[in-house]
Amino acid sequence: MSDKIILKTENLGITFGGLKAVGDFNMELREKELVGLIGPNGAGKTTIFNLLTGVYQPTEGAIILDGQTMNGKKPHQMAKAGICRTFQNIRLFKGMSVLENVKVAFGQNMKYNVAQGIFRTKSYWQEEKEIDEKARELLKMFHLEEFAGNLAENLPYGQQRKLEIARALAGSPRVLLLDEPAAGMNPTETAELMESIENIRRSFDLSILLIEHDMSLVMGICERIIVIDYGMIIASGTPYEVANNPKVIGAYLGE
Amino acid sequence: MKLSATTKRSNLVNLIGSAVLFAVIMALSAAGIIDRYLQGVLIIICINIILAVSLNLTAGCLGQLALGHAGFMSIGAYAGAIFAIYSPLPGEITLILSMLIGGAVAAVFGLLVGIPVLRLKGDYLAIITLGFGEIIRVIMENLEITGGASGLRGIPNNTNFTTAYWVMVIVIAVHFTLMWSRHGRSIKAICADDIAAEAAGVRTTYYKVFTFTISAFFAGIAGALYSQHIGLLSAKAFDFNRSIEILVLVVLGGLGSFTGSIVAATGLTTLTELLREFSDWRMLVYALALILVMLFKPSGLFGRYEFSLTRLIDRIFKKEKGSKPSRGPEKKLPKKEDAKV
Amino acid sequence: MDQLILFVKQLINGIQVGSIYALVALGYTMVYGIVKLINFAHGDFIMVGAYVTLATVPFLITCGLPAWACILVAVVICALLGVTTERVAYKPLRNSPRISALITAIGVSLFLQNAFALAFSPEPQAIQTIFRLNAVNIGEIQVAGVTLLTIVLSVVIMLLLQLFVKKTKMGKAMRAVSEDSAAAQLMGINVNTTISVTFAIGSALAAVAAVMYCAIYPQVDPYMGSLLGLKAFIAAVLGGIGVIPGAMLGGFVIGIAESMTKAYISSQLADAVVFGILIIVLLVKPTGILGKNVGEKV
Repeated sequence: MSDKIILKTENLGITFGGLKAVGDFNMELREKELVGLIGPNGAGKTTIFNLLTGVYQPTEGAIILDGQTMNGKKPHQMAKAGICRTFQNIRLFKGMSVLENVKVAFGQNMKYNVAQGIFRTKSYWQEEKEIDEKARELLKMFHLEEFAGNLAENLPYGQQRKLEIARALAGSPRVLLLDEPAAGMNPTETAELMESIENIRRSFDLSILLIEHDMSLVMGICERIIVIDYGMIIASGTPYEVANNPKVIGAYLGE
Repeated sequence: MKLSATTKRSNLVNLIGSAVLFAVIMALSAAGIIDRYLQGVLIIICINIILAVSLNLTAGCLGQLALGHAGFMSIGAYAGAIFAIYSPLPGEITLILSMLIGGAVAAVFGLLVGIPVLRLKGDYLAIITLGFGEIIRVIMENLEITGGASGLRGIPNNTNFTTAYWVMVIVIAVHFTLMWSRHGRSIKAICADDIAAEAAGVRTTYYKVFTFTISAFFAGIAGALYSQHIGLLSAKAFDFNRSIEILVLVVLGGLGSFTGSIVAATGLTTLTELLREFSDWRMLVYALALILVMLFKPSGLFGRYEFSLTRLIDRIFKKEKGSKPSRGPEKKLPKKEDAKV
Repeated sequence: MDQLILFVKQLINGIQVGSIYALVALGYTMVYGIVKLINFAHGDFIMVGAYVTLATVPFLITCGLPAWACILVAVVICALLGVTTERVAYKPLRNSPRISALITAIGVSLFLQNAFALAFSPEPQAIQTIFRLNAVNIGEIQVAGVTLLTIVLSVVIMLLLQLFVKKTKMGKAMRAVSEDSAAAQLMGINVNTTISVTFAIGSALAAVAAVMYCAIYPQVDPYMGSLLGLKAFIAAVLGGIGVIPGAMLGGFVIGIAESMTKAYISSQLADAVVFGILIIVLLVKPTGILGKNVGEKV
């Protein structure tokens, strides 16, 4: 972990028809840092992800990626700039194979143009071969290589979550946003997943922002935790600090 | 380069396959088994295959319902025909140029329709294309250069079976190679889940407009072929029902399966010729077909399956087995029929 | 002065046609709001309503009943048709990709058109007079009774519908289902019944529109509904789809635009102008004049 800030938000907020879903959200994510974003259901966690990935446009504040303001950018521009994500309710390309799912994300950084693709010039073959190898390698890291030719929708639930992470990584992100990656998993699977998230961070050199509503899960792996409730940050700090913060306990127990 | 070697082999196989089919038809014509009438039917089949395959690109691969394919066809037909009438060049060259012109003009209109509509979420494309098709028809009926209500006459008959067949082969090949490139994968991803596609970096609006424009381009080519086969154009031939006829081919064959479109276009065009005396019932049957296919077999005849000559030959000679990764037109699609297009 | 009178006459014409578009657009908007499906067959429900009118008016007259009673018959038959169509053709596809339901809707529309063409011949048939009303003079302008009736009726129906949706239990259920049908189901709302009622009301409005249309243009043909339906849909989009007063406003705007184009530019261009309006709306404000901006749930 270095001290360089890769992603920063300044007073970020969004209002839906008079209702403030997120407000005054200030966050700094350093290079290679793993930060947990937690809060009760409906606290605004996914809304923050949607803001960070351009699905929603903020009504106030700014998103700054590596010194550049990202307001007004579309989701695909965010992805290209290096913010990639997974979804809370898995969104794979269902009718496509596991391999193709990953290749779609890889493909956005490929160079050959439409004509070269149609007429299959040399660069088509070269790049396709490269991407095929890269994609298989990535699948291997997630133990998905044996399913490469299967339809994504036929994978078991846990594998689908893994594939979604693999697809996000294929976009070569600098910041990876994981939206409840452990949802629906049993304790063993969850423990395994948390371990592989650690590994991803190390081997891909990226920063991770992780949404979870179960606090105990993120305690072990996150360096820092941000707690939000009703769209506002109510606490942030090391897992220990956060866990002993009366406001956090209040939000979770619902005074 | 093992990968490219297998695909190059399969390109050769497909080329030889197409040539063999062509040779058989030509031999049958020479022997007098295929007469002039049947040759005409074969040309119409080629044109319908181009139309079905190109509509499948938008409706099947991209998952956007377009109801104005006949409109784009008519633009290509009129643009190509007007060029052909005034062209001093020899027939073959005129035909090729008029196809390119027809396709280009249709593509420009596709772009103009696609840009405002396809950046929106929702089903506006269906409505807009439906309206567009009808407006084009009215305009063609009222312009002087298109011959007005009496139609455009005196178009040279440059289309023959040979050109129609090889244009069709090229169009099919382009569709396959496009869909198995990175661009094709992006298009399929948008169809599967456009939000996830966008999050994976796919420029969804760009690809939607691109696909729709390409689709219009090939419809224009089909139109140009058609105009120089029939020799006279009347705007009524390109009404809403014509668009629906093309859609029926796509739906019946399977949204997303070019093989299905080809089979459906061949079969249904033949059936239409055989059952001329029941033509009053045709649209009713088509309407029922659309409803019943969607309700009971939304994947159509072929789902997303694609036929592969190479695979067939390999199977016959048992040269290769197992799930070797493959690419190109011979690509093995998942066996399970996928209803969720 | 003559120019002004002509203009006002065209304006009244436009509002009259617009009222019919509005009635149809109300049905479109309600159905789209609840099942997010462009019901292409909606326009053809108008055609069915018109044929019902064609068949019942002579019968009513022989029985000594007023001809306008045909509206009741048309409403009942169209409502049944709408509910049946939804149950048979759309309901099984609720969880399918959107394109499947759209293709089915196109299929239903074509089926109705061609079935009626085969059953009653594709040629237009004349309808007897339905309403016998006196014209009203406003200053120098004479307004036909039917025109006033159409306009008043559509405004009244729009207001009633707005009240129904805002105040009654069923209306609240409709809004809940259109917002989130799964959540509505969890709250004990019968989603199927709610959707059926929506289709019934929407189709009944198409029947009313059919009778008023026949009163003004006294002829029917099997294909009359498709263009009428399309324009009404455009009216719904223009006003803001899912918004009841929006459908009314959109209907009037489309009706007036069409009538003015016919009077001052060219009658052949009228349809093109209407579609041009749709393209402009989609470019400038895709949510429509009165529509709200709603982000898609991710």
